[in-house]
Amino acid sequence: MAEENRHIVFVCSKGTLDMAYPALIMGWAALGNGIDVTIFFTFWGMDLITEKRIDHLEIAPVANTSMKMGMMGVPGNLGIPNLMGALPGMTAFATGMMKKKIAEVEAPPVREYLQMLVDGGANLYACKMSVDMMGLKKEDFVEGVQDVITAADFMDKTEGAQIIFI
Amino acid sequence: MATRTIAGKEVQVNDEGFMTDPAEWNKEIAVEIAAEEGLAELTESQWKVIDFCRAASADLNGKSPTLRQITTGTGVTTKELFSLFPKGPAKKVARIAGLGKPEGCV
Repeated sequence: MAEENRHIVFVCSKGTLDMAYPALIMGWAALGNGIDVTIFFTFWGMDLITEKRIDHLEIAPVANTSMKMGMMGVPGNLGIPNLMGALPGMTAFATGMMKKKIAEVEAPPVREYLQMLVDGGANLYACKMSVDMMGLKKEDFVEGVQDVITAADFMDKTEGAQIIFI
Repeated sequence: MATRTIAGKEVQVNDEGFMTDPAEWNKEIAVEIAAEEGLAELTESQWKVIDFCRAASADLNGKSPTLRQITTGTGVTTKELFSLFPKGPAKKVARIAGLGKPEGCV
């Protein structure tokens, strides 16, 4: 009976809107199934926990070969030409479209989703080197970020866990 | 399809132990499954969640609603839900309410 509970760790290293969701979705599913969840935010992933950035995550159509006009109901395999994607307003346009798609599947915005995970018992940590490099302080983070930790601390906290790098 | 006897009644269950016919469920069954899940006594708040899931499952093909559907539908907060059904409320609630696992991801 002394068996240790399953523990999944997500390393969030990306700060784009689309890459914010995998850890949220899988982390939420894990918590719902009684699995311990830890999320470590590093480099661009710091945006997901930074108060000033969390509501302003974006997705750019430039150099995104998977973003096809099919998402907007245009038939075929037509992409958004990079030259067009570089025009002012195109990133905002793509972001708006992605947010709409996310809402359509009833997934909440990143801030609310992250709060759900915190309420469900997820442990959030920020990367020390990223914090130093980006000039951030613990006060810059959303509620629920427990601590700023080093890579060595991360190794200690994740012993025996399953780790997913995003 | 396997069957098992819960609270003196024979019911159908799938290989994960979830009941497959919501009509076979009753409150005594809920109490017995809850005890198996480590919940000695079901409180009013826990019944509120179970009753909501039972009602919502009619539109969900006999499946339990997702955790977010439960919190938005009942007004129970995420924190409360995780303390009412500790260690995995999604499966736990579905099992106690005699429903299938929720089909959504949120």
